Order: sequence, then structure tokens, then C-alpha cells
Amino acid sequence: MTNNTRALLTFVGTFAAALILASMPFPQWAEPFRPDWVGLILIYWCLAVPERVSVGTGWLLGFIQDVLYGSLLGSNALAKSLVAFITVRMHLQIRMFPRWQQAVSVFGLLVANQLLVLWIRGAIGQAPETFSYWTPSVVGGLLWPWLFVILRDLRRRGGIA
Amino acid sequence: MINIFGQSIRAPSILTRLVLLTILSVALMIFDHRGHHLEKIRAGLMVVAYPIQFIASLPSRVGGGIADFFTTRGTLREDNEKLLTERQMLLSKLQQFDALDAENNRLRNLLGSAARVTDKALAADLAEVSAEPFTRKVVVTKGSQDGVYPGQPVIDAHGIMGQVTQVAARVCRVTLITDSGHAIPVLDNRSGLRALVFGTGDPDALKVPYLTASTDIKEGDLLVSSGMGGTFPAGYPVAQVVKIVNDPNESFLDITVKPAAQLNHGKQVLLIWPAGAPKTGAAKAGGAK
Repeated sequence: MTNNTRALLTFVGTFAAALILASMPFPQWAEPFRPDWVGLILIYWCLAVPERVSVGTGWLLGFIQDVLYGSLLGSNALAKSLVAFITVRMHLQIRMFPRWQQAVSVFGLLVANQLLVLWIRGAIGQAPETFSYWTPSVVGGLLWPWLFVILRDLRRRGGIA
Repeated sequence: MINIFGQSIRAPSILTRLVLLTILSVALMIFDHRGHHLEKIRAGLMVVAYPIQFIASLPSRVGGGIADFFTTRGTLREDNEKLLTERQMLLSKLQQFDALDAENNRLRNLLGSAARVTDKALAADLAEVSAEPFTRKVVVTKGSQDGVYPGQPVIDAHGIMGQVTQVAARVCRVTLITDSGHAIPVLDNRSGLRALVFGTGDPDALKVPYLTASTDIKEGDLLVSSGMGGTFPAGYPVAQVVKIVNDPNESFLDITVKPAAQLNHGKQVLLIWPAGAPKTGAAKAGGAK
């Protein structure tokens, strides 16, 4: 029972941290270098415990993001649930990859997420026209090896198998 | 409901869940975009999201506080001097302005058109600047309790910043003119040419499409709001023309303009209630009675 509460606290804590990092004010020049924290942490938990964190959690996180950002309600939710789906489907393969190859696949997942959001925004005529739109995915992929180590440590402390 | 932590109840397969959630998302998007049925719900959700925004803005607030605390007397004196000289300059300009305003109204009387009335304004603080990456929106600490209504123009000391798009009780969200979904009708202050200024998502560049090579627009021209469409009051600076590229292969000029308002600086904005313009908020309140 206590073990379960600790696990729940770990999940909620990491997701809350991701949402806070995602909406923290940055100086304008640093804005394109902010990785998609929510996406990264969602991908980690989907890889580690796919039977507990999957499309439902992804959707909820994306929905909160939509509310925080004031973007079209459901756009980030759809993208995040799709990312969770692909990750859960491929978790056995991605887990086996060496760290750098994992980072590449995480980059791919983040790009898929951004591409879907870009399509949705394009459909309602609000697509951004700068190439720096894609830098968050690159930064996210580069950050992955370090983030993986930190989150693995947190997972063991939280007693999540 | 789908059990996220997959305990007690047997959850449906992951593909089924994805399909269901996709349908839900698409339905939400359609409702949000087409019908605007979700305004109320969104306003409620914004309140729920407030704690996250508050915690996220703490470091910058604390940082600002510390910076304020360690401001030396020298810098304060310097600032004070700068402000005093600026005030002198503004006051001297204002003297002329009073006379010009009176003269303008006299001339308008002669022409038989309505005299310009000053707009009502309310200062508000920026609560949060960075919303979704690559959309240009800010959250401002005034809401429907202060009479803010959707579509209300927002300015700063230098020009038009944008318009209110979502209103909650105590906060509202402002879409800046640089947002890629925003357009504003303008007049070229020199030639009187009418145009539309579109946001691109870039923080300090806007574009003016659909103008042909023969139109009278030059680099350095000031574009002011034309007041057409009724959302923005006329005569406020919007942008300055920075670059005009005339590519013979293209049918239109490629015009880049720079916003007049300092969208990335400062902590304060002004919400204005345009005088004489249809008051959406008041009209709605009247209709509800």
C-alpha cells in the first residue's frame, strides 16, 4: 500500500515538474531551446512501465498542456496520446537499444509529436513560419541520455518495478 | 473511465483506447475551433491551471525581487535622472499636443465630422509571457471582473500589442499581433494606403502580403491602425516598414515590418475601451438583463 502511494507520488511529482518546466518563463532568445519536458518524461514512463503509463496518461498531460498554453483544446492531447501509443508499442525494442540509439528514437518520437501539432495548427491557419520550431526536438534528443539516468534513479527510489 | 494505473478493472486494449481518445480529441478540437462552445469550460480550466502557472513564474519573480533588492543607489539615481529628463521632454510635447488637439477638433467641427474622444484605459500587469512555444500570447492580470471583454485592444507606451482572446474572472489571455493567427487592418501614415498586417510567429517581424509593386509604400513608413473592422481604434502605431523586397518573379511585394509596441519588454500593458466603438462587453451585459 505504502509502496503504491510512493509510486503514485513519483509519477505525479515528475509530471508536475515537467508541466512547470514547460510553462516557466524564459528569456526570448532561449525559448527555441526549451525541450518538450512533458513529452520526454511521458516517453520515459511509457518505456519503463507501459502497463501503468500509456495513452490515457498521455492524453491527460496533453490536455493540461492545452489548457496551460491556451492552444486548441485537444491538439496537444491527441499528439501526446499518439506518442504514448507508439512508445508503448515499441517499448521492448527501444529498451534494448544502446543509449545513443535510444536518443535518436526519442528524437523521432518528439518530431512526430511536433509534426502532428504543426498539422493541426496548419489546418486552422496558425502554423508558425520559423525553422526554430524544430529545435526543441533536437534539444530533447540530446538531453535524453542524462534525463534517462536521473529518471531511472527516481524510479528505483519510488519503488516502481 | 480509463484506469490509468491499470489496477482492479480490466482496461480495454491500448489500440481501442487510442481510437477512443483520438475521437474525443477531434471532437474537442472541432467544438473549440468552430463553435466556441467551450469558452466557459476553458475559463474554469484556466483557474485550475493557475497553481502550475504560479509555481512556474516563482523563480523569475524571486529573481526580480533579488535584483530589486540589490539595486544600488547609483543606478536608482541614474534611473531617476533619466526618467525626469524623459518626463520633461514628454511634458513639452504634451503642451503642443493640447493645442493641436483643440485645433484638430475645431477643424473636425468645421468639416462636420465627430470630434475624437479619448479612449478609456486600464493598466494591467503581465502574469505570464511564454505560453505555448511559437505562439505569441500573454496572460494579463485583469479579467471579466474588471470589464474586460474578448476582442478588446491592448496597447503599450509605443503602440498596439494585440487583442484579448480569452477572458477568465481575474485573468485574460492576449493574442499579440506577432501571433501567426493574427491580422490587423492598418493605414500607411504617409500615403494613406490601406493594408493588413499579419503575424508570423516571429517575435519581432510581421508581414504585409498582397501589395503589388505599384503601391505607394516605402521603407521607414509608419503603419497605424485604421479602425476598420471595429476591433482596434484608429490612429495607434502598429508597425514600421523595415524592408521591401521587389522580386520580379513574384506577383506581390515581400514586405517585412517591425512592431511598434515593445512586445518583449516591460511588465505592464494598457487595456483600452475604445470610445465610440461598439462596446461588445457592455452590449452583452445589456442583452443579458
